[in-house]
Parts: sequence; C-alpha cells; structure tokens
Amino acid sequence: MSSRTVQPGLSFEYVMWIFTRISGLSLILLALVGAISAFALGARTQVDLPTLIRWTFFPNPNHIVNSEIPDIALGWANAFWQVMQILIVFFGVTHGFNGFRVVIEDYIGQSIAKPFIRGLIFLFWMFSLVVAVYVVLFS
Amino acid sequence: MGLKRRVGFFAGLKYRGGGPMWAWIFHRVTGIAMILFVGTHIFASFFMQQTGSDFATTINIIYESWIFQIVVVFIVMFHGLNGMRIAILDIWPKFQVFQREALWLQWLIFIPIFGLTVFIIVQRAISGSS
Repeated sequence: MSSRTVQPGLSFEYVMWIFTRISGLSLILLALVGAISAFALGARTQVDLPTLIRWTFFPNPNHIVNSEIPDIALGWANAFWQVMQILIVFFGVTHGFNGFRVVIEDYIGQSIAKPFIRGLIFLFWMFSLVVAVYVVLFS
Repeated sequence: MGLKRRVGFFAGLKYRGGGPMWAWIFHRVTGIAMILFVGTHIFASFFMQQTGSDFATTINIIYESWIFQIVVVFIVMFHGLNGMRIAILDIWPKFQVFQREALWLQWLIFIPIFGLTVFIIVQRAISGSS
C-alpha cells in the first residue's frame, strides 16, 4: 500500500481529534493507577468491589464512605489524589463534551442552531469543570 | 465532501457493516449514556453534599443500586476498551487491516473482566452485603 504524506493544518477539529486520543489513553492510564493504588491501599481487608470500581473511576474520598476503612486520611485523601481527580475531571469532561459536540454536529449538519449548541456545550463544560474543581478542593 | 449524506433511518438499517459498524454505534451510544448518567450522578452528588436535596439523594440511590452499577460498568468498560482499540489503530495505521481481529481481541479482554465484575456484584447483592 503506497502512502502519501499530508501536512494537516492546525484546525480546531484536528486538535480535538488528537486530544480525544491522548485524553482517552490518559484516562485509561489514570484508571489503572487508581485501581492498582486501591488494591495496594487495602483491597484485601478494607475495600469491597463496588468501592474499588468507584475509586477506579474517580479517586474521591466520598467514594469510599461505605467501606470499612478506619482512617481515610491514611493514604486515601491527600494532595496526590486531588491532583489525580482534577486530571481525571479535566480529561474526562473535555473528552466527553467534545464527543457529545461531535455526535450532535454529525446530525444537525450546517444549521443555524450550530453556534448556539456549541455555546451551550461550552457553558456546560465550563460549569462542570468549576463544580468539579470546587468539590475536589473545597469539600 | 462528495458524500451523499441524506440516508434515511430505514435505508441505514440495511447497511451491513458487521462488527466494526456495531462497535461504532455502541461507541456513540455508550458515550452519550456516560454524559447522561455520569453527568447526572456528578450534579446529584454535588447537590446532595451541598444542600442535602431529597431528589438528588433519590437519583444517587438509583445510580448506586447494583443493577445500575452493572450497566455503568458495561458502558464505561466497553467505551474504554473500544476507544483504546481506535486510538492504537490510529497511532499505527498499518494495523488497520487487522481491525476485525482487534475487535475479537477486544471482546476477549472485555468478557472475563466484565464477567468477573458482574459475578461478584450479583453475588454480593444476593448475599445482601452492599
């Protein structure tokens, strides 16, 4: 198969296409770090499976309240996990809302509603990020 | 784009793309489902924590029920594994010829992990320990 080299312009769609791949792979990596850490922090004795799954999706101390962990401050709630949560939220929310935008724009095409839908999704994206960072840092 | 895009719903149903087509459809459906379910859960948790709203608590009780957890695990794991296949094949395009084999491999990874998760969740639900 002969291949040709194409130099793509740095358009918004191209950047988001790359971002979707990178953020998707990063989310899998972050989930693996979360799962392995939850095993290391006490899966055998203190953590049940639902908690392990919740921690894998989002390592927030609120996600382990139903487990029999004696002291959450020991390893489960610290600055490292806050950074992890913000990374997961940023990658996940951006990846998700961008994917939502792509799906919607596939079906509406070039319509007069497109800029409004883009603006609405942008507002939802900003709102979700602000809410999530507030929850991670101040609650 | 010279593509003819105005294909009706029933004409679209006749397209036989096989596994990769269904993977594409599932990828979209699970993506939108995640925006819906996980988004609702995030905002419900926020209001549950900040205002103690009964409605938000009800939403989270439904979300955290074991039946819904199985659905969410399926959605997230399928979307993750399928997205990993897409990303890997996009990074090394010469493997695109093996995309059907990659799909089989994807299900081969998916089934044991999901099956084990469902087994443990159902087992715990029946024995009543969360």
